[in-house]
Amino acid sequence: MMDHLPILPILIPLFGGLLMLLPPFAGVERYVNRRIGTTLLCVLHIVATIFLMNSVSENGSMMYAIGNWQAPFGIIMFADPLAVMLVLLTGFLGLASTLYAFAGTDREGRYFHPIMQFQIMGITGAFLTHDLFNLFVFFEVLLIASYALLIHGGGKQRTLANVHYVILNLVGSSLFLFALGTLYGTTGTLNIADMSLKISTLSAREQVIAEAGGMLLLVVFGLKAAILPLHFWLPRTYAAASAPVAALFAIMTKVGVYGIFRVYTVIFGEQAGQLSGMIQPWIWPLAILTVIIGTVGVLASPDLRNLTGNLVIISVGTLLMAFAIRTPEATAAGFYYLIHSTLISAALFMIADMIGQQRGKAVDRFVIARKVQQPALLGLMFFVAAMAIAGLPPFSGFIGKLIILQSAFSDSDKVWVWSIVLISSLLTIIALSRAGTTLFWRHAGDRDKADKTAVSYWQIGGVSLLLIASPLIVIYGAPVIKYTGHAAQQLHDLSAAVSVMQLKGVQQ
Amino acid sequence: METLYVLCVGVMTFSGVFLCLRGRTFPVVLGLMMLGYAVNLFLFSSGRLNLDGAAILGKSEIYADPLPQALVLTAIVIGFAMIAFIVILSMRARADLGNDYVDGKEPPDSSMNSPSRWSSKK
Repeated sequence: MMDHLPILPILIPLFGGLLMLLPPFAGVERYVNRRIGTTLLCVLHIVATIFLMNSVSENGSMMYAIGNWQAPFGIIMFADPLAVMLVLLTGFLGLASTLYAFAGTDREGRYFHPIMQFQIMGITGAFLTHDLFNLFVFFEVLLIASYALLIHGGGKQRTLANVHYVILNLVGSSLFLFALGTLYGTTGTLNIADMSLKISTLSAREQVIAEAGGMLLLVVFGLKAAILPLHFWLPRTYAAASAPVAALFAIMTKVGVYGIFRVYTVIFGEQAGQLSGMIQPWIWPLAILTVIIGTVGVLASPDLRNLTGNLVIISVGTLLMAFAIRTPEATAAGFYYLIHSTLISAALFMIADMIGQQRGKAVDRFVIARKVQQPALLGLMFFVAAMAIAGLPPFSGFIGKLIILQSAFSDSDKVWVWSIVLISSLLTIIALSRAGTTLFWRHAGDRDKADKTAVSYWQIGGVSLLLIASPLIVIYGAPVIKYTGHAAQQLHDLSAAVSVMQLKGVQQ
Repeated sequence: METLYVLCVGVMTFSGVFLCLRGRTFPVVLGLMMLGYAVNLFLFSSGRLNLDGAAILGKSEIYADPLPQALVLTAIVIGFAMIAFIVILSMRARADLGNDYVDGKEPPDSSMNSPSRWSSKK
């Protein structure tokens, strides 16, 4: 049983999602059954992941050969501390979004919960797989689920945003396949660890082709992660999605970032000879410009959802900076920041939705409108989330940004990282305080007493789950940082992956 | 054979990219299909091109790499599903938005060649 643990977090949402299309759960009026089922599935997913995490931290990284086809020929699932950590984050986010959706979003259509499960399955698979083509397949699984989730509930804005999102991602998928064909054609393998062994033995002419493939992959991951020239789709798409969906999407940009970390640390890492660090001259300016454009976007946003979308872009840029420093310490700091920024930006999407539902037609736009009904509750939540995302103590953003700043040790790195991160944090604080002032204090007229728009307990539950996690990862900061450090160490340690998979080096 | 193959992939990619950049959803969908075909051919060639090669051991002098064939099959299936989705989505967008432009609204200078102009004149 323990041998099959790495595949469980994928199988649970897959079969659970399928089951939820069948009689005891299908049908418009049986939504209560679906709610109970989906909650159980989310909890099961988290429990399985925690078991996997325990097993990985006790016995080291685990691999699972699907159909028992051994590496490098078969598809390998590889559970190392990094992948398991991200899967746990996905499960947690999925649970919070699902709870939030119980307030009514899930009743706008029959298939909300099954699609949500498929989305979780796709993201989980993308984190766990150690085969580039399988990564493509899981990308497609998570994408087609996200297409359906994005348009769920209907409406002009969603249709328009979805058309753009789908076309862009289909082009991205084509590029992904071009890149895979190029890399397979030169290295003759798709297993990530095996590819990292083969890449250093390429002749000079093959190296050029492999480099082209590697750069194409950067474009693909850059599109998913919303790096500078490819980020235009993000704020609009996320603003159009319903709140629980946007919250779950907060992890999807991180899938792209994870791809960059995995591929360019392992395949094009230190052992790659000529090709090691080939994206280094690109990644620095891209990271810095992404943070700058995100900050400009935050200042210019007309409503809270757009603002949060731009905050996601800033967090991606910051993560890329942590990647660009390319030491295990910086990578570990990046992982801590990744957990924090995913949770808090997801919470902000939900808070924006709750504020919007109490302000009538003004929704969450920064204009003078009617007073919100529960200013104390919503104000407190917004305050906590804003403090955390801007990086003020005592919340997790402070620690996250602090350890990224600490991990920049060379002088030139320090100048860039410190100035960019600090200035962008300052501007974020300004934008957020302006937003909070307008949303909560500048109102006209009395509130309409007739319509009852008080937030439901499900909504409060979903958001609190995410917000409580922020101080928790500060209080338990030491073990979390130790764990991310371990994860970063394992990511940089190629020989461990090679020995787990019993790959033979080409020297033999 | 290689030259012909390369030309096919190149021309199809070119037309795919060109069509993807058009303003209406129909050409864009066609462009995505073209790109999909080009990608499938390209993936197939990553196992090297050879004639009369069997993918099973002991059946032939020359062997073809079976993996790209499996990859292409997967890519075809996924691509087909995605095209089906985008076709339905663009029909939905046509219904929801009242026009078939990707941006959801007619560009300012489009009245010159839009068919509705001619019909309204009659």
